[in-house]
Amino acid sequence: MSKINKLISSNCGVIRPDSVEDYVKAGGYEGLKKAFTMTPEEIISEVKKAKLLGRGGAAYPAGSKWEQLLAIPEFPKYIVINADEGEPGTFKDKLLLSQDPLRVIEGMTISGHVFSSHDGYIYIRGEYRAIQKVFQSAIDNAVKAGYLGTNIMGTDFEFNIHIMTGAGAYVCGENSALLNSIEGKAGRPRIKPPHLAEVGLFLMPTLVNNVESIANIPTIVLDGGDKYLSYGTKDSGGTKLICLSGNAVNRGVYEIPFGVSLRDAIYDPEMGGGVPNGKKLKFFHLGGQSGPIGAEAQLDTMYCYKALRNAGLSVGSGAIVVMDEDVCVIDYLKGVTEFFIHESCGKCTPCREGNKQIYAILCKLSEGEATKEDMAVLKRMIDTMTNTSFCGLGQSAAVALNTCWKLFKAEFEDHLHKKCPAQVCFTEQERGE
Amino acid sequence: MCSKVTKDQALEIIGKYEKVLAIINKYGKAKEQLLSILLDIQCASGENYVAEEWAEVVACQLDLPISKVHDVLTFYAMFNIKPHGKYVIEICKSTPCHVTKADAVVKMFEEVLGIKLGETTPDNLFTLMHTSCVGACDIGPVAKIGDEVYGNLTAAKVAEVVTSYRGVSSCQK
Ligand SMILES: Cc1cc2nc3c(=O)[nH]c(=O)nc-3n(C[C@H](O)[C@H](O)[C@H](O)COP(=O)(O)O)c2cc1C
Ligand code: SF4
Ligand code: FES
Repeated sequence: MSKINKLISSNCGVIRPDSVEDYVKAGGYEGLKKAFTMTPEEIISEVKKAKLLGRGGAAYPAGSKWEQLLAIPEFPKYIVINADEGEPGTFKDKLLLSQDPLRVIEGMTISGHVFSSHDGYIYIRGEYRAIQKVFQSAIDNAVKAGYLGTNIMGTDFEFNIHIMTGAGAYVCGENSALLNSIEGKAGRPRIKPPHLAEVGLFLMPTLVNNVESIANIPTIVLDGGDKYLSYGTKDSGGTKLICLSGNAVNRGVYEIPFGVSLRDAIYDPEMGGGVPNGKKLKFFHLGGQSGPIGAEAQLDTMYCYKALRNAGLSVGSGAIVVMDEDVCVIDYLKGVTEFFIHESCGKCTPCREGNKQIYAILCKLSEGEATKEDMAVLKRMIDTMTNTSFCGLGQSAAVALNTCWKLFKAEFEDHLHKKCPAQVCFTEQERGE
Repeated sequence: MCSKVTKDQALEIIGKYEKVLAIINKYGKAKEQLLSILLDIQCASGENYVAEEWAEVVACQLDLPISKVHDVLTFYAMFNIKPHGKYVIEICKSTPCHVTKADAVVKMFEEVLGIKLGETTPDNLFTLMHTSCVGACDIGPVAKIGDEVYGNLTAAKVAEVVTSYRGVSSCQK
């Protein structure tokens, strides 16, 4: 039996992305139609039953987030969709944005109805300029067909969607930085509280959800929360878009029900298809640069929020980057840390300076110059950054390093003695070959 | 000695000024459109950067302090404040591309273009740079030029891509 379950990606590659006609023929807008017959409370109750956890990385329960926003009396309320997708190894939102934008638009419109909101913003990263055009065309067609704008589907509900562009900054994926960026400012995170549900975009109550999260909404409304939950495990409702990259035979996006194993995701011929060129798998990186690293022994872990967490791993954004035996752990971590140095907004010291210190020590390791004392500094740096950084970027920047440290202690030791098992660091001479 | 601007130079400045104003007016002088405005100005510059004088025009038109515009220009990776080649070739260096040999791709481009990473070709046509993940990790190693992304790069493909940009006229192909 196929382990793939196409629920929210069923239209991708099948319909013309900006065609309302195609979308409706494929069953689109049935969710919105049904939503108009339901009260906001009823819709939120289905989202809660579905146990939809935020697909942007933090896995916050969508139903609770919606409930909190509904309880706030101020208006206007804004709907903001996070399509920044800056997490390396993650390209699943791109699939929906470019191949089924109307599903995202329908989800946003349903949330607009729930919160009596008139304006929704979708923040699409600048690197996806070409996709912004497709998305705009889908918006225009939805307006023309009466599914967006005024008098939506013959009701007196009005809702408009605006596309805002990013300009190359990973930190803008952090929800408060995202709002600053939409307001035309530099995307540095805001201090919280106040929470965005109370003081969000233009200082008004705001919902921030990920693209994949919102794309699930039409399905949840249409099928009901219980049915949606049944597609996954009892704690992780529904399906997840995973993105396979790195040293995997079949790189790409796959929609899986929660509950298949990591081994399935990486080795099943319908998904990852294993490691190319007959090489051995060395490790895999889950959820993006800010996520944990796992190895062979964890392959039989079930891919769902709970089982991964229990194994010290996590779903994160859904990224699965596969590394073969030729990849050096230290060299890999240097790449991860360089990313965080480049993407740190510089606002707080632990993140701004900590990443640089970690990088310097990793360089020393890869040059065979590191000492035992350096290792102690590294350990302290991990703790300090994790506990004292201002936002999620700095707090999670050392997760990969920390997990590698536990999994590959020997490889760190080897580098202290000028040995690199993957033969990436040092010259042959230095390695004494 | 007084510095003189020739008539042609003056006309060029006016032409650019009008182009910048048209971009700003298209977005309705709204402060939250600052990123879009600056990206469009950069694209229209022909040299892939936002010159100081246009940053000042934007600040003035949007009624923003110039420091706010500078803050944005220096915060986001996609903005340049110095002239670049007409086509900026950005090689993704994030780890999913790195493990599929992004370094080799940098070397291939360096060879074909005859420049090093960070440099611009003498004819001002190409600048070679690194970038963070562009969301095309399934086809790594990856290079991005304007809005186009090229993946699964090999030496032959790199040469082909570069050739396809020679002799093309606008900012985006
Ligand atoms: C540094 C950083 C980067 C993030 N990048 C993204 C992103 O690209 N896309 C996204 O949806 N969420 C991202 N997040 C998570 C968001 O802050 C937020 O939790 C999410 O958009 C909420 O939507 P959800 O509950 O539907 O997942 C990021 C968080 C941090 C700290
Ligand atoms: S942890 Fe601090 S420096 Fe790093 S991105 Fe967040 S706010 Fe900026
Ligand atoms: S890592 Fe290169 S495009 Fe994502």
